[in-house]
Amino acid sequence: MNFYAIRAIYFHEMDRMRRTIGQSILSPVISTSLYFIVFGSVIGSMIPELDGVSYGSFIVPGLLMLTLLTQSISNSAFGIFFPKFTGSIYEVLAAPVSSLEIIIGFVGASASKSLIVGIIILFTASFFVELQIQYPLLMLFLLILTCLTFSLFGFLIGLLSNNFEQLQVVPLIIITPLVFLGGSLYTIEMLPEFWQKVSYFNPVVYLINGMRWSFYGASDINIFISVVSLVGFLVACIVGVAIVISKGYGIKN
Amino acid sequence: MQNIVSIKKLSKIYDNNFQALNNITLDIKKNEIIALLGPNGAGKTTMISIICGIVIPTSGSVTVDNFDIIKDYRRTRSRIGLVPQELSLEQFEYVFNNVSYTRGLYGKAPNPSLIEKILKDLSLWDKRNSRINELSGGMKRRVLIAKALSHEPSVLFLDEPSAGVDVELRQEMWQVIKDLRNSGVTIILTTHYIEEAEAIADRVAVINKGELLVVDNTSDLVRSMGQKTLLIELQEAVQALPTKLGSYNLTVLNNGLSISYNYDSSSKQTGITSLLQDMKEAGLKLKDLKTEQSSLENIFVELVREN
Repeated sequence: MNFYAIRAIYFHEMDRMRRTIGQSILSPVISTSLYFIVFGSVIGSMIPELDGVSYGSFIVPGLLMLTLLTQSISNSAFGIFFPKFTGSIYEVLAAPVSSLEIIIGFVGASASKSLIVGIIILFTASFFVELQIQYPLLMLFLLILTCLTFSLFGFLIGLLSNNFEQLQVVPLIIITPLVFLGGSLYTIEMLPEFWQKVSYFNPVVYLINGMRWSFYGASDINIFISVVSLVGFLVACIVGVAIVISKGYGIKN
Repeated sequence: MQNIVSIKKLSKIYDNNFQALNNITLDIKKNEIIALLGPNGAGKTTMISIICGIVIPTSGSVTVDNFDIIKDYRRTRSRIGLVPQELSLEQFEYVFNNVSYTRGLYGKAPNPSLIEKILKDLSLWDKRNSRINELSGGMKRRVLIAKALSHEPSVLFLDEPSAGVDVELRQEMWQVIKDLRNSGVTIILTTHYIEEAEAIADRVAVINKGELLVVDNTSDLVRSMGQKTLLIELQEAVQALPTKLGSYNLTVLNNGLSISYNYDSSSKQTGITSLLQDMKEAGLKLKDLKTEQSSLENIFVELVREN
């Protein structure tokens, strides 16, 4: 194992976060904080409790997931796409580095960045809404698992993208609607029966409800099903990345 | 001399069915400078990219220091440094950090003093804390060389190292390349500049349309394939060549005031003595004589045209 290479890629990517701290940290924290202020403190004070918790507290897991998913995907997609775009990917390909080491470096850095943003958002949320975490270890486990899984998914998108438009398509047109329609701001039970059934086909519903269960011990979906769904998606991403990178698609001729 | 890179029957056909390399076999000797010459699209960059692991070959094999580039890719790649043709650098990074990053990629522990030496050798030490987008094109080219040297490779590939570099810097770069060879590094460079190959390469390989046309020592190639021309200046202009001189390969120039004679300098009988004798007998009076050697550029153009 080329540990120096993994370290080099990891810190190289983390350094990009330091150089673009406004975009990497401040932007997601500020936009999520605005949700807490508007939906949590202002509008939330006029909405009755859901599942026994105030509306402001109820939306924290969903908004946390929204940020984790979009950040993880965009961090790793951009992380691998940018060297492709500038041509500097050549030095990673020409170095004595295995595909696994490349993935660990890029995905590890992306997941770390998302984790940092997630923890800052949780801390920030505590200023605006009443925050309680019933199962902190499970919450941390889900947080890390989500960051890793969606960083891998983003890495796959970055490998397959040939331009900036393709890079943005999945996060903006697929992930964001799925998160908003996945019960981040409401419970599935609030929907008409037909849309409740449709919602169960939305994979993000399982992620948000899993995270919500770790906070409040209650959710629309059984926690076991949520964790299995997330692990299943992680495995699918690992297989996808393994196939794409072994064929050199998008990076090698 | 021991071979450090051995290429055997190497072919590459891209997805669009373009055949970039066709059955190339070439041995590169340890501690030599070899120049790969060829027009655009000849296959030079594809060949380098395959050896470095960036492009997957269609068939054939390559070994570096007797290790296969696919089976033993860690061993081969750790011995190779690559300076690409394009200025492929992350523009917002700092010079020192970026060079150190490359060393890490090659599995080497951080060594700030070595990076300092490399940057000083390449006159980049003053720019170590500058962002790459603040550097000139020539400096960026040197950053690429510094990155390629950061892990102390024994084989260095330079893809068009002088592209976009001014004359003074080109001379400096040639000196850097010669110094590297003197320190034990094998240099493989591709170039469009024939004078670059003539100035620094021990051997020249001419590639065209994916095929290797010739490989030889630079000086031997010029000697064996080069034509020489004898230019004879006359005291009085001639309207037409005397019939006695009809058997020679002569051309009348300069309104009859000069005659040129092409001959093969490597043959035992050049025909110069008999020509001069016959000219005297034909009554032509000579004013001056000079010879010209065809350059590597002439040979290159001729080879590519024939191919």
